Amino acid sequence: MGNKQTIFTDEQLDAYQDCTFFTRKEILRLHGRYHELAPHLVPMDYTNEPDCKLPLALIVDMPELKENPFRNRIVESFSEDGMGNLSFNEFVDMFSVLSETAPRELKAIYAFKIYDFNVDNYLCKEDLEKTLNRLTKEELTPEEVDLVCEKTIDEADLDGDNKLSYSDFENMISRAPDFLSTFHIRI
Amino acid sequence: METDQVFFTDYSGRNPLLDQMPSYQASLNRGMTAKWRGTRRGRFSSSDSQKGAESSFRRNEAAEEMELLPIYALVQPMAEKRREKRRRLGKGQDLSRWEYWKGNYVFRQMRENAKVLQNHLQLWKKDIRLIEGMFGTGILSYFYFLRFLVMLNLAIFLLMFAFVMLPMIIVPHTSANVTWSQSGGGNCSSYKIGNPRALPNFHEQITDLLSGEGFMERTYLFYGFYNMDKIHFPHFTYNLSLAYLLTTVAYLLFSLIWIVKRSATGFKRSLVQNEDCFQSFCNKIFAGWDFCITNKTTAKLKKSIMLNELRIDLEEERVRQKIAERSRTERLRIYFIRFVLNVFVIGVLAACFYSIYLATSLSQDAEMNKKKVNFLMDLITEYLPSIVITLANFITPVLFSFIINFEDYSPSFEIRFTLMRCVFMRLTSIGVLLLSLWRKITRCDDAFCECGYNPDLYSCWESRVGQEMYKLTIFDFIIIAAVTIFVEFPRKFLVKYCNCQLIKFWGDQEFSIPQNVLQIVYGQTICWIGTFYCPLLPAICTIKYFLMFYIKKTSLLHNCRPSVRPFRASRSTFFFLVVLLIGLILASLPVVISVAQINSSKACGPFMNYTTSWEVLPIAVSQLPDGVQRFLSFLSSETFAASFFVVTFLAMFYVIALARGYKKVISQLREQLTMEGRDRQFLIQRLVIAQRRSKFNPKPPGRSSRSPRSPSYHTSFAYNHPEAMRLADSPPPSSTQV
Repeated sequence: MGNKQTIFTDEQLDAYQDCTFFTRKEILRLHGRYHELAPHLVPMDYTNEPDCKLPLALIVDMPELKENPFRNRIVESFSEDGMGNLSFNEFVDMFSVLSETAPRELKAIYAFKIYDFNVDNYLCKEDLEKTLNRLTKEELTPEEVDLVCEKTIDEADLDGDNKLSYSDFENMISRAPDFLSTFHIRI
Repeated sequence: METDQVFFTDYSGRNPLLDQMPSYQASLNRGMTAKWRGTRRGRFSSSDSQKGAESSFRRNEAAEEMELLPIYALVQPMAEKRREKRRRLGKGQDLSRWEYWKGNYVFRQMRENAKVLQNHLQLWKKDIRLIEGMFGTGILSYFYFLRFLVMLNLAIFLLMFAFVMLPMIIVPHTSANVTWSQSGGGNCSSYKIGNPRALPNFHEQITDLLSGEGFMERTYLFYGFYNMDKIHFPHFTYNLSLAYLLTTVAYLLFSLIWIVKRSATGFKRSLVQNEDCFQSFCNKIFAGWDFCITNKTTAKLKKSIMLNELRIDLEEERVRQKIAERSRTERLRIYFIRFVLNVFVIGVLAACFYSIYLATSLSQDAEMNKKKVNFLMDLITEYLPSIVITLANFITPVLFSFIINFEDYSPSFEIRFTLMRCVFMRLTSIGVLLLSLWRKITRCDDAFCECGYNPDLYSCWESRVGQEMYKLTIFDFIIIAAVTIFVEFPRKFLVKYCNCQLIKFWGDQEFSIPQNVLQIVYGQTICWIGTFYCPLLPAICTIKYFLMFYIKKTSLLHNCRPSVRPFRASRSTFFFLVVLLIGLILASLPVVISVAQINSSKACGPFMNYTTSWEVLPIAVSQLPDGVQRFLSFLSSETFAASFFVVTFLAMFYVIALARGYKKVISQLREQLTMEGRDRQFLIQRLVIAQRRSKFNPKPPGRSSRSPRSPSYHTSFAYNHPEAMRLADSPPPSSTQV
């Protein structure tokens, strides 16, 4: 388009466009946001693909994520090391999956990862209890928490093992009408 | 339970056997598309090679499918996608696939530029984002709806302007001849407008502006001004009266198509999916939190809403059980109470309709007598129907939501039923107004009206109807603005600064989405009815909705608290559009009847030469060439209509049968999925028991197995997880009861 930007090479921008749901302008804007999280750490010139990762604490402070009860889990699920340190690629990936145009299957995969607190690839009762407590600021009585978790597992568990595997979760999400509109962050 | 112990056989609580299953391996890779997962299960049962061979076989299968998809549609993390892109580029695929991919790329660029442009042109983007961050997506759907109506009204206005107003405006500036519409004379064609005042005073001008009479009547605003029949340009003749009629039909059809298109997605979803209560807890926990929320107070509010929702759901479960356990006498008592209350509701509705009818008659009579009492009284008599309708629409929802508490329905049904009653109330009140107007217009002193309407009182009845619609619109807008300024602001100040217990209990105004939506649907219905009589009404409505956005936004941000009763985004959009559709259907009825049945005024308007407004169409058709005429008469004949209906019914039955078949298939597949899961549990149990037995009675590995699949499991199991085998040595005491 004739913009003289020196942050990325044209091939890099093309690659980002192809691999995410963002346009060029949005990717450059994302880079601006990434940079302002830690101006001394993040280089302005990404043409030689620097290896720079921002820690969890910085990313979780972003206004888009600050009030989200699952912010730590979101950042951890997109980081390669599982500790929440995001490189720029993973940063863009995170917001791409959470954008409006990402398909349901992709969002379902990452939603499962986010709600799986003990990372055992199942949503067991403890995971559900933690999720519930974060959603209701821990004001439900223990009996109510128990009842709700039981009912949730009842509704979605297909193979009868008292926890939700990914296929149970995916099947349930495909019939949740609000999932696409709520599981999205605007940046 | 004994089966649980069979499962957790190692220290970390993970079952090593389940970890080896192909479905678990695939979920680790996450490199497959959802479509492919189904076929892979079939593959597993037919292969019995070692684990390594299996996975490479699977990878080849996956690779084939992945080739065909564009990169951004792959369900993979970013690093994988970049690798895939480099691989595709480096591979130099055969020309057909490369062309496809490249073409796609160029097309995608174009679409992106179009998207960027569309984003720039979108109205109110920043405001909507602010509201979304503060209140979530439920309330946002209301503002999207408002924006849609602004666009719709603008489009309708452009239609009317281009085809009806523009020719009339440009005629004085061109050298075109005009055939004015004239009737043959007689009693019907004298246009009695109010005596033109020599020195109109300020009060009367304001009254005229607000009621559309006097100087306003002889403007582009009303039907009566358009008195050109045909315009003869140098090269063609423009039939303005025909254009007027066809534009009316066009804007109704255009609105219908746009609304149906918008509601198609919501309709599909609600047709395929079961009831909301089927999966209510899962929906709330996993799809309940709005990830868009960025405001601290809103997050707190959302958490309390969640809490309430869950408590309401648990309550609803209890109520459902209670209803199921109701005894016979209790049921009879409930039915009796419901019957009495429904009769009461009907009585209230009848009373409202009768008062609207009285108010309309009173208002029309007062106008006829032209008794000028004073400025305020005149204005009130002009606006009496609007005032009564607004009062009725204000009182009835409160009344309905009060009495529904006694009817003992489940909470979700209560909301829906109250809403239906309010919708019925709002839309029928307009119908009653029009009915009473119609009665007055077509009632003459003697039994038979020779002009088809009453020419003494209503020399130009379409303009009068247009004036009523104009007054309704203006009054609606004034009320909305006035309530926000004079009721909500003081209430907020009172609640904030006054420490009275009663006021604190009353609390802030609640932003009730259903009532607000009904309000704008009511306004839009009036606009649809009134556009035929008052062609500038869509423009007025566009401005009205535009200003309403800012008024409602201020109200939401400063005065109101969002309702504690949650309103879901997905179902709300569909609900809004359904109510709008009902409004459209109700609006087209009066227009169709007045165009086709009631004689058009002989004193004003473009249809003076014709008996009814509809007549201009057959006359224009009769001037077309013979072949076209015969074709059109065939299209409107009974044979064609009957066969068209038959074909449509057949198509409908086919589609319904198809949908029913799909629903059945879905439920069967779901059962199959459940059964497969249970089969898997059962087989694993058997396997572990068999392994334990073989541990106690040592035999060569190959022969101890019972099922043909176990050798691969057995060897890889023992090889990979020796600690699991160690644990199997000391089985828990209850397992001996196998």
